[in-house]
Amino acid sequence: MRRYSVFAIAREALRFHSGWEKAWRSPEPKKQYDVIIVGAGGHGLATAYYLGKNFGITNVAVIEKGWLGGGNTGRNTTIIRSNYLQDPSSAIFEKARALYETLSQDLNYNIMFSPRGLLMLAQTHHEVRGYKRTVHANQLQGVATEWVTPEQVKKLVPMINLHGPRYPVLGGQYQARGGTARHDAVAWGYARACSDMGMDIIQNCEVTAVRSANGVVTGVETTRGEIGCKKLGIVVAGHSGVLAEMAGFRLPIESIALQALVSEPIKPCIDIVVMANTVHGYISQSDKGELVIGGGTDGFNNYTQRGSFHHIEETLRALVETFPVISRLKMLRQWGGIVDMTGDRSPLISKTPLGNCFINCGWGTGGFKAIPGSGWAMAELVAKGEPGPLAAEFDMWRFKEGRFIDESVAAGVAH
Amino acid sequence: MLILECPCCGVKAEETELSPGGEAHLKRFGPGSTDEDFETYMFARQNPKGVHFERWRHAYGCGKWFLAARCTATLEVFGTYPAQTTEPPAELIAKIKARRPDWKGWK
Ligand SMILES: Cc1cc2nc3c(=O)[nH]c(=O)nc-3n(C[C@H](O)[C@H](O)[C@H](O)COP(=O)(O)OP(=O)(O)OC[C@H]3O[C@@H](n4cnc5c(N)ncnc54)[C@H](O)[C@@H]3O)c2cc1C
Ligand SMILES: [Zn+2]
Repeated sequence: MRRYSVFAIAREALRFHSGWEKAWRSPEPKKQYDVIIVGAGGHGLATAYYLGKNFGITNVAVIEKGWLGGGNTGRNTTIIRSNYLQDPSSAIFEKARALYETLSQDLNYNIMFSPRGLLMLAQTHHEVRGYKRTVHANQLQGVATEWVTPEQVKKLVPMINLHGPRYPVLGGQYQARGGTARHDAVAWGYARACSDMGMDIIQNCEVTAVRSANGVVTGVETTRGEIGCKKLGIVVAGHSGVLAEMAGFRLPIESIALQALVSEPIKPCIDIVVMANTVHGYISQSDKGELVIGGGTDGFNNYTQRGSFHHIEETLRALVETFPVISRLKMLRQWGGIVDMTGDRSPLISKTPLGNCFINCGWGTGGFKAIPGSGWAMAELVAKGEPGPLAAEFDMWRFKEGRFIDESVAAGVAH
Repeated sequence: MLILECPCCGVKAEETELSPGGEAHLKRFGPGSTDEDFETYMFARQNPKGVHFERWRHAYGCGKWFLAARCTATLEVFGTYPAQTTEPPAELIAKIKARRPDWKGWK
């Protein structure tokens, strides 16, 4: 692989950009791999990357039914933060956030990590208490977050209306090193690095069945034939239940549509990320100037990658009260992704009832920020067959045993 | 936009009038049940890509609960029926089978 650098740009500028290589190969599937990862979203690709980088396992295929990064990874609002309440969550989300800081250098691919600061607005007294509690928990966990007053909020976001009659701003929780990154670039950067290590990324190839013998996985059937493997990692977000059924077990997951939208581009007006969890509205400004807005989930199970329109309306109605200046903006695009929701709003990084088959899912509405940490922990689980400290608490049997990692009560929402 | 006909009052209600209530025909497990039964009842709900039976409430209408059969992959609605039953009506099952020949059937 030729490295990207300022010299490469200069060199290509002099020869009309005729020398750029393809970022990854598109090989035919082999008959057999050491590890197959199903799903080329951020989590699947990061798992493959750290399998190679941390454990030297490179006889790996990542199998994707559509195009890589075309699932939730390419549909999310790219918020990155690690201000979670429970210790196991803040450990893995902070690991991910820390890896994001140097990911561009690691991958030699500009993922445009922008730690511009992240503010969660407290708009009810319940949220005030909740966020103060989280700030205290974060201090014990070594995660830098702070409580800010309404006056400090106004300094951070001059266009905010603190005195909305329905949703007044009572303060906020601020994480200065939270922010955003370019979602596609995260998938593309990992894919390029995986391909460079000799791994096969096989797109337009749907897994249709899981093969096993004596309770141990032996391979998968796909729309491009049967492919054998010693170990299988299922990393398919909203389709986890479908894959689990193929592998013969049931998951504590429901699949629901979550939507986002972007406005027409405008001049810079907001230079941090603001989340308003009570009203399910999230807002940041992209480098192109569009306001990127995330909404709430639908209430019913759905696999169609489009959500109900009235949720968009609810989100915008509330955001317009908090940010009156956006009331005349035209919205350009709106889309949905299928998020995988667990009962405690925390993910699964787990062994499964099927031998040598592992699952990583349940990131729901908030897994983009976790991609590097999740891949790191999942690679360790797949390589060693046992979870390391980051993944240990996230097994799928916690629901039976009542060991919830409860982030739903903690935050009300995820993202 | 999802439109369901409320079998209680006969109104064709659009989504904003309704509130979703999750999987239908659940068998409830409580104290004294096995851990597996309780976990499946509480957390491991049916999550099919395809035919799904659900509870809905006509929240901003007559206020009553009812049940619906819907396809989660296409949003096609097969039908609605009153909640005072432990399984979907036979005509509805026949209708779904006709529309989805490869459907594995109810439970
Ligand atoms: C609108 C929206 C906004 C969001 N906002 C944020 C945010 O601001 N911050 C944040 O941290 N998170 C956010 N999220 C959540 C985040 O996007 C996800 O948690 C994360 O991207 C999940 O990544 P993944 O790799 O697990 O799944 P995906 O990216 O969905 O990848 C799974 C892949 O598996 C493939 N697949 C499925 N079935 C098969 C099969 N049978 N065979 C082969 N391949 C298969 C799919 O095609 C898909 O490409 C948001 C999500 C949505 C939808
Ligand atoms: Zn009614």
